[in-house]
Amino acid sequence: MTTIPVLEARGLTRSFGNVRALDGVDFDVHAGEVVALIGDNGAGKSTLVKALSGNLALDSGKILFAGGEVELGSPSQASSLGIETVYQDLALAPHLNAAQNMFLGREIPKPGFQGRLGFMDNRTMRAKSREAFDELGATVRSLSDPVGSMSGGQKQAIAIARAVAWAKGVIFLDEPTAALGVVQTRNVLETIRRVRDKGVGVVFISHSMPHVIDVADRIQVLRLGRRVATYEAKKTTVEELVGAMTGALDGAHS
Amino acid sequence: MTSTHAVPRTAATAPEISRTRSLRQVLQVQSFQILLVLMVIFLMFSALAPDVFPTWGNVRQIIQNVSILGVLGIGMTFVIVTSGIDLSIGSNLVFSGVVAAKVMQAMGDTGWGTAIVGIFVAVGCGLGWGLLNGVLIAKAKVPPLIVTLGTLGGALGLAQVITGGVDIREVPAVLQDTIGYGNVPGTTLPTISLIAMVLILIFGTVLHRTRFGLYTFAVGSNEESARRVGVKVDRQLISIYVLSGGLAGVAGILSLSQYGTTAIAGQSATNLNVIAAVVIGGTSLFGGVGTIFGTVVGLFIPAVLQNGFVIVGIQPFWQQVAVGAVLVVAVYVDQRRRAAAARGHSAKADGKKKLFGRRSS
Repeated sequence: MTTIPVLEARGLTRSFGNVRALDGVDFDVHAGEVVALIGDNGAGKSTLVKALSGNLALDSGKILFAGGEVELGSPSQASSLGIETVYQDLALAPHLNAAQNMFLGREIPKPGFQGRLGFMDNRTMRAKSREAFDELGATVRSLSDPVGSMSGGQKQAIAIARAVAWAKGVIFLDEPTAALGVVQTRNVLETIRRVRDKGVGVVFISHSMPHVIDVADRIQVLRLGRRVATYEAKKTTVEELVGAMTGALDGAHS
Repeated sequence: MTSTHAVPRTAATAPEISRTRSLRQVLQVQSFQILLVLMVIFLMFSALAPDVFPTWGNVRQIIQNVSILGVLGIGMTFVIVTSGIDLSIGSNLVFSGVVAAKVMQAMGDTGWGTAIVGIFVAVGCGLGWGLLNGVLIAKAKVPPLIVTLGTLGGALGLAQVITGGVDIREVPAVLQDTIGYGNVPGTTLPTISLIAMVLILIFGTVLHRTRFGLYTFAVGSNEESARRVGVKVDRQLISIYVLSGGLAGVAGILSLSQYGTTAIAGQSATNLNVIAAVVIGGTSLFGGVGTIFGTVVGLFIPAVLQNGFVIVGIQPFWQQVAVGAVLVVAVYVDQRRRAAAARGHSAKADGKKKLFGRRSS
């Protein structure tokens, strides 16, 4: 690709004590593209996502958003750039309902004086949440029940819908299919394609090589805190990916 | 404030928004179950002492006795919803009352000017202790139990240092006549109860209707996810402990007005009584769940029991036994319901519902 990546990392380094979790890692994702991020346990995938979503302070390295260097000191800074993350633990507040979770931190105030007193426009927020779930075809049975009482699949749907609704630039999905059944997994992959088609850069972290090859446009492989290879998804095989992850064969074309 | 989550229910298939909840759902809410318990207790005493107990004069007495605890209960509900605890409210009340009494004593006269200064001093002291609690909890990350145990001792100790351990009994007459014993003009409702009711309505609205309230629940529900979506968790926690402290300051001046003395030794169990009421009212010690309405009902149960036992001639010490039992039963019922809810949902719903089931298929 010749265009400027929507999000790019150059030489990110971060150590925890003696462990170099990120060792000068590079990474890039373009708008309207699905990039899969793969690597063995401890390769630095989650640490990299944390760094790029404003949840981790870096020792060194540069992060560029649409070509310009940015500081991602907090999740809200990342959010303001349109970078959203679906965490493995989903990061929902279990006692709040789906609409409240959807808009948490971004509530719509009531118009006028009431809004300034802190009253919220619950009706609009519910309607917009309903729209967002419908757009994804997500079955969220109730907008007023606490999400803690819902099934894992529904929670996942809410977390993904929330990220999709706010992501204008990049969306990170940290193992979104790890806890899902066959049908649900297929739907998540379908959602990923639809979000990409809206022009958002999607970063998809997974241990499932078939899914990765199925949905990704490019695949970037991490090992020991570095990017060791980048593949075109169409031209690679599971064997090649596993080889690059484990170091059995060193990635030739990057 | 008539239901816990006054958010209308929307079925996934029905786009229209209905504002009703079925009676069954209302009955499952703990604050309503406890309201039923309160009503049963009330009817029981009414049957045992029909000439004395259910009279306005007696009910008025109960309401008056509950008012100061009601003011404290507001702050405690906010605090416990965040899964925190504030043990310092009783000591804070005493300290605020002592400093206000000292200042008013020094000013000499007993008019409204002095009284208003006293009110501001008391509330200011309360806010100060609350701020100290909040900063230590949110910024220094010391657990709330420890921080407020520390300020419990600190505030009480300093109150005794200031007074030399001797209660101050000079309180401006205007405070005692209007707030302390007075009624709202034209009625027989105690002024102190009206003050408590207004505060309960204001902060009940804040907790259940505003963004500040929503963030209070969010922090109690999952602090980390609240932080990740940009809720300023530290500021929220500090504000809540400041609120609790400020209300303890208000309670300090109310107590001074009602009893005409600083009553330094009289508040040693206030914190636990308020915590018990909040928990009886359905607020979870684990955070994320609670109502101001429940707290108010939770405060009335001990007060009605105490009053009723005296009237029907049972030793009032039984009240403590009864309240202890109600507290444990309330939490037991709550735990059972939670466990049942968790089981029911995962068994019924999982697997059957498609995650992203396309509507066409």
